[in-house]
Amino acid sequence: MIKGNFIDNLPKVYGIYTGGFIGFIIIMAIAEQMGMSAKAIGIAFVAFTVAIYAIIGYLSRTAQADAYYVAGRQVPTVFNGMATAADWMSGASFVAMAGGIYFKGYGYMALLVGWTGGYVLVASLLAPYLRKFGCYTVPDFIGTRYGGNLARFCAVVVLTVASFTYVTAQINATGTIASVALDIPFQYAVYVGLVSILLCSMLGGMRGVTWTQVAQYIVLIIAYLLPVFWISNKIGAGFFPHFMLADEVARIADLEQQFGFVANSKENLAMVPKGLAGITKAHSAVNATPWAFISLALAMMMGTASLPHVMMRYFTTPSVKAARKSVGWSVFFIFLLYSSAPMLATLSKLALIDPSLPTGIIGKSVADVQAIDWYQNWNQANLMFISDFNGNGTVELNEFFMGGKAVVLATPEIAGLPYVISGLVAAGGMAAAMSTADGLILAIANAISHDVYYKIIDPKAETAKRLVVARVLLVVIGFAGATIAAMEIQGILGSVIWAFDFAMSGLFFPLVLGVWWSRANREGAIAGMVLGLLSGLGYLIWVRNGGSGFLGITQLTFGIFGSAVSLVAMVVVSLATSAPSAATQRMVDECRIPSGKSILGKQH
Amino acid sequence: MSKQAQHWEKTRGLLFVTLAIWFVFSMGIFLFGAEMNEVTGPFGYPLTYWFTCQGSLAIFVILIFWFSNRQEKIDEEFGFSERGDD
Repeated sequence: MIKGNFIDNLPKVYGIYTGGFIGFIIIMAIAEQMGMSAKAIGIAFVAFTVAIYAIIGYLSRTAQADAYYVAGRQVPTVFNGMATAADWMSGASFVAMAGGIYFKGYGYMALLVGWTGGYVLVASLLAPYLRKFGCYTVPDFIGTRYGGNLARFCAVVVLTVASFTYVTAQINATGTIASVALDIPFQYAVYVGLVSILLCSMLGGMRGVTWTQVAQYIVLIIAYLLPVFWISNKIGAGFFPHFMLADEVARIADLEQQFGFVANSKENLAMVPKGLAGITKAHSAVNATPWAFISLALAMMMGTASLPHVMMRYFTTPSVKAARKSVGWSVFFIFLLYSSAPMLATLSKLALIDPSLPTGIIGKSVADVQAIDWYQNWNQANLMFISDFNGNGTVELNEFFMGGKAVVLATPEIAGLPYVISGLVAAGGMAAAMSTADGLILAIANAISHDVYYKIIDPKAETAKRLVVARVLLVVIGFAGATIAAMEIQGILGSVIWAFDFAMSGLFFPLVLGVWWSRANREGAIAGMVLGLLSGLGYLIWVRNGGSGFLGITQLTFGIFGSAVSLVAMVVVSLATSAPSAATQRMVDECRIPSGKSILGKQH
Repeated sequence: MSKQAQHWEKTRGLLFVTLAIWFVFSMGIFLFGAEMNEVTGPFGYPLTYWFTCQGSLAIFVILIFWFSNRQEKIDEEFGFSERGDD
């Protein structure tokens, strides 16, 4: 089924799949009306979708190196765009992004600009050239372009540091959702999440991950958009929220003016459960300095272009021009979700704070709000909290606190949508977290199996043996990630943003200059990777330990410092050492034109 | 100048144009975020707010498709485009 004409039948296959999924939602909605319990619906949604991914993963099994590493290089542009979007949008994007916008407003929205703008760099600077190169992994490019095992090994180290920082947060997210939906303790749920992730990738490698990621994108985008449109219509905000919420945004600004942002005392804030926050920043006003906004956006854009699990998706397209187009489709599919997150934040905030709406709680009596069903549920889940600090008996803007996740998870319930939507949202969050975790684990395992094991340790290994090694590494890395996730030290390792900074510190300039500056040589690249990563890491440690930092570079944007060091080191060392050989120069010239054979063979 | 050098020169020219547009909508306009937000933008949203939640994002999508088409034209002009599969 998966061979040959599967590619031609893709629109039909995924069309049927989408129809089937919508049918499943309708069946669940009917079952809810007939009295199916909320818990059973949650289990059904997560179990049904994960089972489908596992079946796709099984059908995509392969014993060929190019299918395992680059999905046989036959993924059409639009589908590769969907797979990249799922690969890209993590559990954090899905569950926490709207919350970040809700609480932090403009300053946080630099992430939206950064996480889409980075793809312009991917399309114009890197993806088509690396595709022409014909590499299996990102270190494969570094190792071949600059030559030598040391350069290759340095790239593997940077890749592993960046991706591992990212992956524990994703496994943690699958564990959180599995534990809520299936009602099992988190310590076990993490491993349930891990097994689901490995089911997608173990047998088919990149091929399995590609086709499950397309399926996961369809689930997650339906799960995100359906509630946004439904809520908008239900509270009468507009039929198409993206084009029609200007009045609501203006209304929030008026209400903010009317209520005022009254700061809470330290003693009062100490009573608020950890992780919850009140509304303290303007919704649509500019509340950050230009440099704070621009530096965060810049760091995220350069990080996007350096993250290997994204870049390797463009190795799977049939041609160089397909790689370029496919980047456009990726951002389009990402745009669908990212442009909806601010709308969800707007609807959620208005529903909660507008006294003229039936759902509004500001200005109501504290006792009344505490009696509302959804308040009790989410208070119990530790995601909502109110307290009558000033003792006047009514809820004020600064007396209501909420967790970031609640914007996505609780808004459907607040707006009075049926429970089937909450089940759908859980399935969407699971899809988002699983697809990103799969991409990341595969990126690390492939780099170690292809670049360290095959290229450095045992270049004569047969395909069968290489693929066994690749799969063993996949499981080992997955378990390492899950074990760290189960320890719940996410405060340190869970910072997704750090992964971008690490990647850009060590990889951005070695990759870009590898294509665009033919004078760049091995010594320069090694200096760029090593000094870039170390100086970025050093800056992070310094700032975390009370260092003041400079130029307004924070622990979220330390990659700007790291990559600047990387650039200077790479240029200086390259110029101070001899120019690369004529063969390398020819290789660079060759990778700049789309036609002709790829530089590395089909099987290498 | 060889055919390949000319091709690369045009490719580099396109890159600079693309990066200039990218720079304006990812960073340039946000130098004036506070001032721009006083203006009413498309669909009635404050202008800077609109750029952060829709405008810049949509421009990036269009920019990448425009860039790929231009690059394909350049490749065709010099006979470097791939035949067959797409």
